[in-house]
Amino acid sequence: MKPTPLLACLSSLCLLGAATPALSDEIWVTNEKDDTISVIDIETMEVTRTIPTGERPRGITFSKDFSVVYICASDSDAVQVMDPATGEILHDLPSGEDPEQFVLHPDDRHLYIANEDDAITTVVDTVSRTVVAQIDVGIEPEGMAVSPDGKIAITTSETTNMAHWIDTETQELFANTLVDSRPRHAEFVKGGSELWVSAEIGGTISVFDVATQAEKTKISFEVANMHPDRVQPVGFEFTQGDTHAFVALGPSNHVAVVNAETYEVEDYILVGRRVWHMDFNADRSLLFTTNGVSGDVTVIDVASRKALKSIKVGRFPWGAAFRPTN
Amino acid sequence: MTYLPAFRAIVIREALRFVHQRERFIAALVRPLVWLLVFAAGFRAALGLSITPPYQTYITYETYIVPGLCGMILLFNGMQSSLSLVYDREMGSMRLLLTAPLPRWFLLFSKLCGATFIGVLQCYAFLAIAWAFDITAPAIGYLTVLPALVLAGLMLGALGLALSSFIKQLENFAGVMNFVIFPMFFLSSALYPLWKMAESSELLHDICAANPFTHAVELIRFALHGELSPSAFLWTGIAAFVFMALAIWGYDPARGMVRRKS
Repeated sequence: MKPTPLLACLSSLCLLGAATPALSDEIWVTNEKDDTISVIDIETMEVTRTIPTGERPRGITFSKDFSVVYICASDSDAVQVMDPATGEILHDLPSGEDPEQFVLHPDDRHLYIANEDDAITTVVDTVSRTVVAQIDVGIEPEGMAVSPDGKIAITTSETTNMAHWIDTETQELFANTLVDSRPRHAEFVKGGSELWVSAEIGGTISVFDVATQAEKTKISFEVANMHPDRVQPVGFEFTQGDTHAFVALGPSNHVAVVNAETYEVEDYILVGRRVWHMDFNADRSLLFTTNGVSGDVTVIDVASRKALKSIKVGRFPWGAAFRPTN
Repeated sequence: MTYLPAFRAIVIREALRFVHQRERFIAALVRPLVWLLVFAAGFRAALGLSITPPYQTYITYETYIVPGLCGMILLFNGMQSSLSLVYDREMGSMRLLLTAPLPRWFLLFSKLCGATFIGVLQCYAFLAIAWAFDITAPAIGYLTVLPALVLAGLMLGALGLALSSFIKQLENFAGVMNFVIFPMFFLSSALYPLWKMAESSELLHDICAANPFTHAVELIRFALHGELSPSAFLWTGIAAFVFMALAIWGYDPARGMVRRKS
């Protein structure tokens, strides 16, 4: 029997459907000892691609339209710009030495980069690929944040133990505030009215009032059966509506859940070893934490605050960034 | 036609005996709860566990030992049931049971079902208390664990029956504790995963792997996460069959316990 045109058409559609599987959102994870990025399919919770990068990739962030991904290749002394569709490195940006973390300005054009070895913050124009400014900050800068209105940038310096407040119009420091030992990460929250800074050795998060740069409160952590020295807050992210913060507690292998209104720690969730940074999926119902020593990413269900699965990635996963594909 | 009433009578008698002994119910729960809330809490940080099936991520030690403690409940329950048989024999009420006009295997099987029913009830009470302490399993697991608990309960109950056929006096029961319950429990995956055992001794690992109690615990562990472990299912099933055959042989008047006694 000869196939009818309709049948032929339907069968080709079926074949087409089979050949192009539906794309689901992804989490991109930098593996600092493998010089690669592991791409996790959020639907299947499996690594679907491993993409080579420059040496020791750490910080990772996407442009607003997700057309390019920026990667801090620390030991290559470059910020690499990659096409996420192909995994091809498009070009390098001048970044200064040893870029570790960075943040993209809300103008989607300027990158604020912490240069750990040079004690400076470098501002790079991603369009003209030029350095716009270099700002002297404390020793070993690491954490970077920009306020939602784009007027203030923050650099935290690990050895000076300070948060440095940068006016993004003049590219000059206008305040320095002390925090506890080895500040690692900073985030603006509640529409930019509060700044949170984690201190790894100090074991705290300092909360600042942005208008006055005064410290509002300090959050401490205590994991049961864990020596306090091992409880080291590093990366953190906020849930929908900034109601709660999920805080990576480094070698304590736990993520803390902090109520952002009361500043009380409500829960601790067991994850892999030396949890470092994290990112959410699109609706912030799932959280993906990078666990450096165990070389995996733990998926946490935000509503139930339960770890669902740990996914093997490369060696020493460091940063994580969400990428929608639909 | 007399089978069903006899089955019901034996199971209800077993249940009534349990209900009337409130201390037994409390004791049956206190034992695993002490392990869970005291022992496991102390070892929580000391024992780092890697991810092994059926777990998909890192778990606390409390979570790890819950299936093993369910196994412990069934093991003690099986032994308790065997103890009651020895007691029945001494009191003479066993004669009444065994002279019923029904096959011996059926009477023993009914007795076994009664004991398993009690054991499963205790396990669910224990799981509920663990849940209250936020030591939880996936919701579906509380349903899928039922057949695993029943099979493990039958296996351990059959072991108790087989043992009871060889124990002549109540005083000898202490030997069961020393030579059956403790080795069976400690030489299993109830408290430590098998790979952890292999790190210290390959021989210990092999003994644990051959222990039917290990397979019962693994059957419960997988079922509590909505999964079936075919090998654990197979070995627990075979062990249940063998122990039951042994019990029937032991209670056979022509060959087993009765003949030796006379």
